[in-house]
Amino acid sequence: MLSGDAADTVRSVEPARATTAAAPLDPDSRAWVRGLSLPSGQRDMDVARLHAFLLRAARFELGRRRAALRDVPAAELDDMAVQAADDALLAVMRKLPTFRGDSRFTTWAAKFAILEASVKARRRAWQHREVTLEPEAWTRLAPAVAAADPDEAERLRAIAAAIREVLSPHQREILVAIALNDVPIDVLADRLQTTRGAIYKTLHDARRNLRAHLAREVEP
Amino acid sequence: MNEPPTADRLLGPEPPELGCDECFEFLDRYVDAELGHEFALCPACVSPAGCARERHCLGMRAHLHGCPACAEEHASLRALAQGRLG
Repeated sequence: MLSGDAADTVRSVEPARATTAAAPLDPDSRAWVRGLSLPSGQRDMDVARLHAFLLRAARFELGRRRAALRDVPAAELDDMAVQAADDALLAVMRKLPTFRGDSRFTTWAAKFAILEASVKARRRAWQHREVTLEPEAWTRLAPAVAAADPDEAERLRAIAAAIREVLSPHQREILVAIALNDVPIDVLADRLQTTRGAIYKTLHDARRNLRAHLAREVEP
Repeated sequence: MNEPPTADRLLGPEPPELGCDECFEFLDRYVDAELGHEFALCPACVSPAGCARERHCLGMRAHLHGCPACAEEHASLRALAQGRLG
């Protein structure tokens, strides 16, 4: 899971009214699950095949991020891919009993490799970059206001006023870091020693407060 | 990926949205549904009827608009699944 505290997420939709019955597995997914569910010793070839698949997925993900990782030596990149595949393999094997066939097995398994590789890539790209948390940095919206067309400039001025009036310093820090300074959410979570889910909850609450304030402002 | 305007990045999505944990939980199902594979409806859909019609989970779509990291991972998984790697 991305967050250690499921209650701390921003989920605000009604849960499960749709069917929760497990879908029948497609033949390829059934073969994967059957092979990986064999006792240890009998499943080694399937586990090796899964690891190879996850490694390709991790390399694919790192390849998509080549621009952000251009200073990282090739050997280190490959090591990152192997680590991501190793971590994804552990996650897939741990979660295998929960796979219900709601997607193809390969899509389900690949998401673990994508997550592991993307988190490692973002952390590596920001390894030597300082994350400065500046609750007052929202005042730097001025250049964006100046560059915007009149309607957008008016909107940005209203948002800046709302940021000043309704957000806490912590909410301003998170909003500025993610929405203005493009700090990756998991890098920010690391630096603040919290979870991605908790950071997103703060961001979500800040945005909700801003929107509610702006809506009140335009009410007659 | 085109970056949304500054105001949109600050205000985020309006509809009810999932959190990062739920997004990850349903990401594979969402991607396969986008690619036209028939699987069970997402139990976290705001509107199962709307989801079936649009092949989108509304809460997922809102979250992917609001969370850059999850949006990146969605784009990667979709590209990977589309290429039928494996």
